[in-house]
Amino acid sequence: MSFSKIKFDKKIVLSFWIILIALIIAAPTLLPVFRLNLLGRYLSLSIVALGVDLIWGYTGLLSLGQGIFFALGGYCAAMYLQITSSSEFPNNIPEFFALYGVEKLPFFWEPFRSPVFTFFAIWIIPALVAGLIGFLVFRNRIKGVYFSILTQASLLVFFNFFNGQQKLINGTNGLKTDVTELFGQMVGSESMQRLFFWVTAILVIASWFFAKWVVKGRFGNILIGIRDDEPRVRFTGYNPVIFKTIIFSIAGGLAGISGALYTVQSGIVSPQFMTVPFSIEMVIWVAVGGRGTLLGAILGAVFINYAKSLVSEALPASWMFIQGGLFILVVTALPEGVLGWMQGDGPRNLLQRFGLKRKIETYPSLEVNNKEGNNE
Amino acid sequence: MNNNDLLNLIDITVSFEGFLALNKLNLNLEKGELRAVIGPNGAGKTTFLDVITGKVKPTKGEVIFKGKSLVGRKEHKIARLGVGRKFQSPRIFENLTVKENLEISVTTPKSPLNLINKSIKGEQLNEIERLLKIVNLAQKVDSKAGSLSHGQKQWLEIAMLVGQKPDLMLVDEPVAGLTDEETDLTADLLKSLSGENTVVVIDHDMEFIRRLDSNVSVLNQGTVLCEGTMETIQKDKKVIDVYLGRPED
Repeated sequence: MSFSKIKFDKKIVLSFWIILIALIIAAPTLLPVFRLNLLGRYLSLSIVALGVDLIWGYTGLLSLGQGIFFALGGYCAAMYLQITSSSEFPNNIPEFFALYGVEKLPFFWEPFRSPVFTFFAIWIIPALVAGLIGFLVFRNRIKGVYFSILTQASLLVFFNFFNGQQKLINGTNGLKTDVTELFGQMVGSESMQRLFFWVTAILVIASWFFAKWVVKGRFGNILIGIRDDEPRVRFTGYNPVIFKTIIFSIAGGLAGISGALYTVQSGIVSPQFMTVPFSIEMVIWVAVGGRGTLLGAILGAVFINYAKSLVSEALPASWMFIQGGLFILVVTALPEGVLGWMQGDGPRNLLQRFGLKRKIETYPSLEVNNKEGNNE
Repeated sequence: MNNNDLLNLIDITVSFEGFLALNKLNLNLEKGELRAVIGPNGAGKTTFLDVITGKVKPTKGEVIFKGKSLVGRKEHKIARLGVGRKFQSPRIFENLTVKENLEISVTTPKSPLNLINKSIKGEQLNEIERLLKIVNLAQKVDSKAGSLSHGQKQWLEIAMLVGQKPDLMLVDEPVAGLTDEETDLTADLLKSLSGENTVVVIDHDMEFIRRLDSNVSVLNQGTVLCEGTMETIQKDKKVIDVYLGRPED
């Protein structure tokens, strides 16, 4: 019964939402802007984690390359911000081009002058790239560990390509966004950061509902079917390639949104978003939070990252050990993650360990029979 | 081969790196027929199903189903043409409920858009109710399929097979691990399905095959050794030699 859900009372659910919304509205005034900005960044990371949960937790596709789509979203946002804020630079193109003697804007920058194009590009471009990679991989029935290796290899290809393209996208230095302007205000300014926090909070909730909608009902059941027994799904008349491509594409789109939000709140996008450890961390957030729970992915991303910044402030250089330990702990002791453990039999088993009796689930009829048996 | 045939296997050869799992196998199935396939271990029974369902591509030979060749088609396309398969050990989706398992099988069309957009049709819900009654799982409808007993899992998989409405049902060892009573019920169920559907049953259990009261094909070393009623094949000298065993002298 590993995936059973606790049914909460409606009142509890309602009060949970009221508290949550109140916190989101109040956070920008309660928290100092530094902390608020951190929280906003970690919330945006929870969107990419939702995507990881969809493809890994539900569909069984362990992608170690979500950084690709995350970075693509970030680059889309940064390109728009750079180009719309470049009027005072030579040739009216972003400043960094001058360093490499580029005088004409590369063609693919042109569409990013349009806010509408950018708005769609942030999620559609990563979704298309993910869909293409996914389709080619899934059509050839590459799965399991080979899929993971392939996604990681793709990540390295993208990383190296972006790193080397100084003349196109400023290569390893990345694109800065904090000194660009949006709506006539500096992106790195306090008021803009506050706005981004709210946008992020809303998008996290929206993405969460979207992901819930995707996995509810028969579509989600097919995803679980593919995870548990793909040939069986095939012999029942479904084409798993299409389903896997769609969900991988959705995860790519979510990663793109996440990357864009993260970029505007951290002030820069660079190929560092496509390093191997970062994409593995995304998987760890979901593993710790709880695979196949969606909410676990959000909580995992936010809490682990917050812990990371708190620990790093107190004990620099120790975080990697703690994160590694956390992962080992989850894999060995809580294979379903913290939320999965709470929703399953975990708490009851723990109570039992402390001497509290656990009610045994049984059929009422069996108990009746037992009584009869005693009478005989 | 005649017009009334649903399936023709013509000279099917499957070679796994030189090992001939099937060797020039010929087999014809009439519409509405119930056919039992028996054979010793390694005779090629499961490979025979793999070839029909598209899991294994034959090295040589032709599979004709409803006048169309199945060779080279993808598994899900073959399934949509009307070939359903039940696996040897029950393969159901253990993390889904009984109802969700059946929903997956009865849903048509099986496209992502249909699944994500629309809710299940009323007639399909009725079909699920009907199937639940047939296999006696109505009370377990919202239980996780993984929590069912072995026999119930076998039955759920049979219900999923029926729900797919295939013209050809391939049933691999449906009574493995079932009690005698369940075995009898399964035999009756399969018999009642034939006529409207064409059913191929693979099994070792002689009592069960006898109860099916159908034509029997005996496979040995990848080829059909003998075909006929249970009485005929039991008297066949070749069959006795390779499978049933010679009485002790």
